[in-house]
Amino acid sequence: MVPNAPVPRPHPANPAVPMLTQPFQIRRVRQETPDTFTLALQPAWGAAPFCFLPGQFNMLYAFGVGEVPISISGDPANTQTLVHTIRAVGTVTRAIQKLKPGQVLGVRGPFGSHWPVAEAAGHDMVIVVGGLGLAPLRPAIYQILAHRAEYGNFELIVGARTPGDLLYYKELEQWRGRFDFRVHVAVDSAGPEWRNNVGVVTTLIPRARFDPWHTTALVCGPGVMMRFTVQELLQRGIKPENIYVSMERNMQCGIGLCGHCQLGPYFICKDGPVFAFDQIEKWFALREI
Amino acid sequence: MPQVALALGDKLVITAPHLEDLLQALQQRGFTLIGPTLHQGDLVYDELASVADLPRGWTDEQEAGVFRLKPREDQVFFGFAMGQHSWKAFLLPPRTKLWQAERQGHGFEIVPNQAETPKFAFIGVRPCDLHAIAVQDRVLLEGLYVDPFYQARRRSAFIVAVNCTRAGGTCFCASMGTGPQATSGFDLALTEILHGPEHYFLVEVGSNQGAEVLQEVPHKPATAAVQLQAENMVQETAAHMGRRLDTVGIKELLYRHYDHPRWEEVASRCLTCGNCTLVCPTCFCHAIEDVTDLSGQQAERWRRWDVCFNVDHSYIHGGSIRPSAKARYRQWLTHKLATWIDQFGCLGCVGCGRCITWCPVGIDITAEVRAIRESEKKE
Amino acid sequence: METLQPILAAHPFLSGLESKHLENLAECASLVSFNPGQMVYTEGQTATHFYLIRYGRVALEIHTARRGAITLATVGEGDFLGWSWIVSPHRWHIDARAIDLTRAIAFDFSCVLRHCEADHDLGYEFMKRFAVVLAQSLRFLKLQLVDVYGA
Repeated sequence: MVPNAPVPRPHPANPAVPMLTQPFQIRRVRQETPDTFTLALQPAWGAAPFCFLPGQFNMLYAFGVGEVPISISGDPANTQTLVHTIRAVGTVTRAIQKLKPGQVLGVRGPFGSHWPVAEAAGHDMVIVVGGLGLAPLRPAIYQILAHRAEYGNFELIVGARTPGDLLYYKELEQWRGRFDFRVHVAVDSAGPEWRNNVGVVTTLIPRARFDPWHTTALVCGPGVMMRFTVQELLQRGIKPENIYVSMERNMQCGIGLCGHCQLGPYFICKDGPVFAFDQIEKWFALREI
Repeated sequence: MPQVALALGDKLVITAPHLEDLLQALQQRGFTLIGPTLHQGDLVYDELASVADLPRGWTDEQEAGVFRLKPREDQVFFGFAMGQHSWKAFLLPPRTKLWQAERQGHGFEIVPNQAETPKFAFIGVRPCDLHAIAVQDRVLLEGLYVDPFYQARRRSAFIVAVNCTRAGGTCFCASMGTGPQATSGFDLALTEILHGPEHYFLVEVGSNQGAEVLQEVPHKPATAAVQLQAENMVQETAAHMGRRLDTVGIKELLYRHYDHPRWEEVASRCLTCGNCTLVCPTCFCHAIEDVTDLSGQQAERWRRWDVCFNVDHSYIHGGSIRPSAKARYRQWLTHKLATWIDQFGCLGCVGCGRCITWCPVGIDITAEVRAIRESEKKE
Repeated sequence: METLQPILAAHPFLSGLESKHLENLAECASLVSFNPGQMVYTEGQTATHFYLIRYGRVALEIHTARRGAITLATVGEGDFLGWSWIVSPHRWHIDARAIDLTRAIAFDFSCVLRHCEADHDLGYEFMKRFAVVLAQSLRFLKLQLVDVYGA
């Protein structure tokens, strides 16, 4: 059996029919970056509240075109509005991009494992994200801030290619103004008008303040970025079992039956996407696995 | 007809002419009979109208990359091992419609596929294939999520197993602990015995439904001598199996050798055609496909068998996770024999040998594992 | 006379250094500050000092005719700034411009070199730390070249 027992997780609203998609109506669309947009959705027929844990994903369906796995980016405490941030890179995401408020798409989920936010109470929290990686971690940030007193230091480290590629720009600015956690931002390149850090996101890790023995780190971003980030975090002394990463694979069914998302012994859609690093360390290092 | 009701584990004898009675009893109960039959010169599983459709008097000659049908000198019903088909084609069909949707204003409505579940009686399921069905049960019924389509077909299926009294050319079930004797997972299990002029079946009752069906077929108790003879025939089969796969510590063995040069070597022969996955009775990967009609008013979702040897199988935006043939062969073999154990608590291989027979270049899973195992001994 | 030794000891680059070595280095050190926009050094200038940043942020820039200043990286609190001093002909090969109000310890490199020559234990200790800074910036630079967000 799988070495680490799966973490407890909420089941879809109707677990008996996890293959059926539910219609959700688009309430708002916001452009985040030139190719990325955020949708706020509500159940089309005023269905039950939507519950999820930070890190889980939904399968979003564009009528007749297909389905894509997209992590949930909203506040888990808000069960009325479902929020997804999507990058238009394929046929389905481009079809979703064309939808306007009032139109309907299909939602199946939530699926997968979650960031151990509640489980990490008492720890310092370090969140390191690159590019779109902020989207699946925003629910974790909301949850930590909602229970801020339960955590020690909280450091958010955000990387992007350029300032124009930063997700949730306004919100990042608001967060930077808060006294109860520190937000570090680095972009790979910028013009002189950018008054913040330039460099890869990993350069910020040595500056973060935390007690490595009592810290949980949550990491999400492109594969290379995660690999190097994990190395820096390990170098700072965080234990491998306290570093969590979110993995990405081809996912078609979302329920561990179609076989596409395998990573060694794991089905990313049901055993993941969030894994403790010690759980997948061995598979992380292998190529074409 | 005996007065006492039959019970689980009972062993009876029915004579060869009464096999037809068994098939009729199943038909009368509403089962569609599926069994081995000849179609365009090939041995397939398909609908049977009567025993006349069975490939009586035929046998198969199998080797790596070779399958040939040959007439037998006798008239036994089950004198062959198996063809390229497996029963998964009926329990987990190559294509299944999951649902359809209709546009309504700005939105759409989803209509689940509520097609009636066919009620199959499988005639002539080999012990390895019984295990393969049990393996797919674990995958599709016993995990976090259940496949409702498989579940419905599986629940209503009736299984008549046939013990193997002759090893096929590429079989290795004896070393996998999956044959040649059926031990569980059947409603009725037959051993076909042709002894001079006598032609009969020893029948073992494997379920209450099996007992009820057999009650309707003329039968008599099996003598100790008949039972012994059947046992001997099956043991002979095991003894004459040409291939074996050593499964001791196989997960650890393969986990140790993700970088073994053998993967490169086998990839130089492998055509990545995926035949092995299509004939494999446990392979379950499927792709999800969404389609619309021309008007764009109706949409459907289908799933179809998929093949991990396709580059697209692992595609995510930007490219494939496993572009090389080496990585894809390694994925298939290590899934069958290593990661499957972590995922489902059992092996994903039952030793049926289909992947060996139907590989166009004759790649032999038992030889690949042996090569890796023996390289350790040389170290 | 007040010594800079405690300030030196508080900087991560020098943390754990023996006090006699700190004493020697303090002789070469002075406190400096740069206003936002002020140049710390300019490409082509003779490199006479290197810096340990205490607060603030400095952009390392290359000036181009068509695109103006391109920021290659930024350094900040706790970082080391400027290694051109170590190789002949001791000239800065890029610009360093303060983004925020920046306070730093400036080291006269000829003074530091003199101490390192005189006491090879100090020299070795210094070079070990310097090697870490170099290796780290090379590692980060390679990652930047990969364009991880585009790959």
